[in-house]
Amino acid sequence: MVDTKDFIEAPSVEHIAGDVTRVFSPNITVRKVAPRRVHFNCDREAIHGVCKYLRDALNFEQASSVCGVDWVDHLQVVYHLSNYSNGVMVEITVDVPNDDPHIDSVALIWEGADWHERETYELFGIIFDGHPKLERLLTPQNYEFFPFRKSYKLRGQQ
Amino acid sequence: MGYSSILDWVKFNDPMLNEFYAYKVYNLPYDIGYKLWELIGGALAWLINLIFPGNGFSVTLISSDLLSNFFAIVFMVVVIFAVAFLINLTMIWEERKVLGRMMDRRATRIGPLGYLQNLADGLKTFLKENITPDKADKKGYMWALTLVIGTSVLLACMIPLSHRWFIVDYNTGLLLIFGLFAIAPFMILVAGWAQNNKYSLLGGMRAAAQMISYEVPILLVFASVALMAGSFNINDIVNMQAETMWFIIPQILGFLVFIVAAIAEAERIPFDLPEAEAELVEGWQTEYSGMKWGLIMLGDYFRGYVACALIVILFLGGWYLPFFDVGMQQDWLPEIVFLLKVFLVFFVFIWVRAAHCRVRTDQILNIGWKVLLPLSVINLVIAAVITYGGWL
Amino acid sequence: MADMWITMGPQHPFSHGLWTLKIRADGEIVKEAEPVVGYLHRGWEKECENRTYPLIIPMADRLCYSASMTWAHVYCKVVEEALEVELSDRAKYLRVIADEICRIQSHLMWLAAMGTDLGNLTIFLWALREREFFLDLNVKLCGQRLTTNYPRIGGVRNDMPYLFERDCMRVVDRFEKVMWEIVAMMDGSSIFLSRMRGVGVINRKDAANYGLTGPVMRGSGVDFDIRRDDPYCNYDQLDWEVAVSKDGDAYARYAVRIEEMFQSCEIIRQAMVKLKGLPRTDPVRFKVPRKVPAGTHFARLEDPRGESLMYLISDGTDKPYRLKVRSPIFVNVSASKHFVEGVRIADIPAIMGTLDMCLGETDR
Repeated sequence: MVDTKDFIEAPSVEHIAGDVTRVFSPNITVRKVAPRRVHFNCDREAIHGVCKYLRDALNFEQASSVCGVDWVDHLQVVYHLSNYSNGVMVEITVDVPNDDPHIDSVALIWEGADWHERETYELFGIIFDGHPKLERLLTPQNYEFFPFRKSYKLRGQQ
Repeated sequence: MGYSSILDWVKFNDPMLNEFYAYKVYNLPYDIGYKLWELIGGALAWLINLIFPGNGFSVTLISSDLLSNFFAIVFMVVVIFAVAFLINLTMIWEERKVLGRMMDRRATRIGPLGYLQNLADGLKTFLKENITPDKADKKGYMWALTLVIGTSVLLACMIPLSHRWFIVDYNTGLLLIFGLFAIAPFMILVAGWAQNNKYSLLGGMRAAAQMISYEVPILLVFASVALMAGSFNINDIVNMQAETMWFIIPQILGFLVFIVAAIAEAERIPFDLPEAEAELVEGWQTEYSGMKWGLIMLGDYFRGYVACALIVILFLGGWYLPFFDVGMQQDWLPEIVFLLKVFLVFFVFIWVRAAHCRVRTDQILNIGWKVLLPLSVINLVIAAVITYGGWL
Repeated sequence: MADMWITMGPQHPFSHGLWTLKIRADGEIVKEAEPVVGYLHRGWEKECENRTYPLIIPMADRLCYSASMTWAHVYCKVVEEALEVELSDRAKYLRVIADEICRIQSHLMWLAAMGTDLGNLTIFLWALREREFFLDLNVKLCGQRLTTNYPRIGGVRNDMPYLFERDCMRVVDRFEKVMWEIVAMMDGSSIFLSRMRGVGVINRKDAANYGLTGPVMRGSGVDFDIRRDDPYCNYDQLDWEVAVSKDGDAYARYAVRIEEMFQSCEIIRQAMVKLKGLPRTDPVRFKVPRKVPAGTHFARLEDPRGESLMYLISDGTDKPYRLKVRSPIFVNVSASKHFVEGVRIADIPAIMGTLDMCLGETDR
């Protein structure tokens, strides 16, 4: 379980990288650390726990964006989390297989992620389990395809 | 009795000697109409008499008291309506000009000083398609609108411009005006319901709430003014102020209450909740399009004019100026004095509109019940004390 | 009265764009609300995947017409991070000046819309009159009023023209004088205060949870500004203050935006002084390669409306593989259902007005 006792107001970059990898060690790896930026790769099973830990223990109060990427052979969900204290941002990249595009929703951790997840669902077809209302948001309700996937060709393209 | 010269026909009689004359006092538009008929009818009678000498037609019909009176009354009614309409157009023009100046933008531009802009706008709305919503209650939709506009126009015509420019000279003139003033909000409620539109319904409900909370202070202020003047007759109220002092001085509280309540009754901007365009699109007018909407706007300004005129009559000495001989002023265009005062009061209305935001529904009720009502009661007490203490 | 659903929008005076707020009202009280967006969805991100990098700059302008400078800026910033280009100081200060002009004119546009929401047309026209001077500055600097197309990957399009500094200082000086008049008119009106005070209160915890950013967040007591806490473009070398208010109501958001405008004037003034100290021969724009090396990058900056973030995946060609836009208003709209619950219908324009809607960047 996530230990929220050591709440840190303004964690440093090294602290975040160290803490998160220590707690979720096999499931998450640090890809890059830059000034005020930490980039993680994460397994999709652990993402809910990681996000909860980041919010509760490391004071990442805000989910800036949740975004989908279509790498043709697999899908990807990218989270950008930020805090209100020292401007550090965390990027978490989660791979999702094409044939089982399911991932845990973080909309109940940050309500701000609600619409980002709905948007990612309708544009990429990634299903967020546990989302309170996973419906199409920007596109009409009767669309049956996912327009931002690479397999969806625009007019004029081959 | 010879009828050879035209001057025998056109005698310019005193209209008050006419046996059908309806009023006890002199009425200027009636007199103009009467003299006009002397000219037209007299010339006509003289001509007929020239061709058929000695016929009874000329004497008993054309230049008779009955026909002169009839023509004079028709003429008076038309003139009084036309003047009220012109005043209305001038007030719209004043509002647009002053608002334009206050907002630092161009105002009206058509015609001399932009005066014809209103006519151009009226023409434009007149050319719009007349749309009635399918699901609307047709009878309520049209009748409510007709009564709103009709009572507004009627009210504006019933405002006397001076002791000699009036259409009623009732002893209860003030009560009549007040009664007509209070009809429109009911009709707005009906109109809001009949349009079968949620915004209109909300606007209508707001109009009803507003009416209930502002009618009472207005009535109390009316009562205190009537108490001080000892009459509900507008002429008497104005004369009383000319004899003693403007009622704004002893009844400053009542004046303030009345100016707020009058803005609310005229549904102008701090209190235009029934047509709050930010949240209710156009409130109770949402489904009225084209010339119906144009007439509503016109009716609104008629009501604004009535509100300003009532302030002038009740508190600002009507058509008399202070420090001038009243007898002299009676001959010196009191109508112009009255209208100038009305436009000045309307300027305050415009000023308030330019400076303030719209209040909220609960706030308007709070102002009405918790501020204006106690103040108007205090005002009534002060008026009673002053009147019966004999200090006026 | 029984509850009724009222669909406010997509064409509605309060909405400032195409979106719908469905509310369930019990008389005048709002019981429940549901925002509906998507009327302007044009697949902006997908379109960018078919354009070369420089061609996206004018498209970024059109995300929001009153914040075009910052949107183009954040796009250029993310591509520069991918290319690892460091701007010259001159270009940085020019971008700061352009951004702050954009912020002031955007806030003035908000103020104008706010005025009509509250039924006061005078605020509308006065604010737009002041905005016109800043649009004129835009014309002088970039040749265009709204969609400026000014930042470039690796710098800005042109150095500031002859006498721009004098004109800019004149406009800023005049603005600081005249703005007090407008503020006095609003703060002096008790009706305005009663409409704004205590309306639409968002506490600090909720503001963070809903993901609010920008003036809305700072109005709720969060002392955070990307310009100061995650600095870019030499903002850290200028001396200015972040406007914060603790109340969290509509008036706090209004006060924060007004204060921000004055702070922006201060920033412009200081940046102009710094710019004067730099040699005129400094390049304002570096040549950059057409193709961007493969990788993922993101950049964010302080938009007039909040945090605007772009996430770029490049695959080594001259077109982006994926470009994600995080719009501040998108998040604010998503939270709007919480703001209007329990308020009166008359308060909806006041609350929504302080969020500063822009639907072009919401629907993308």
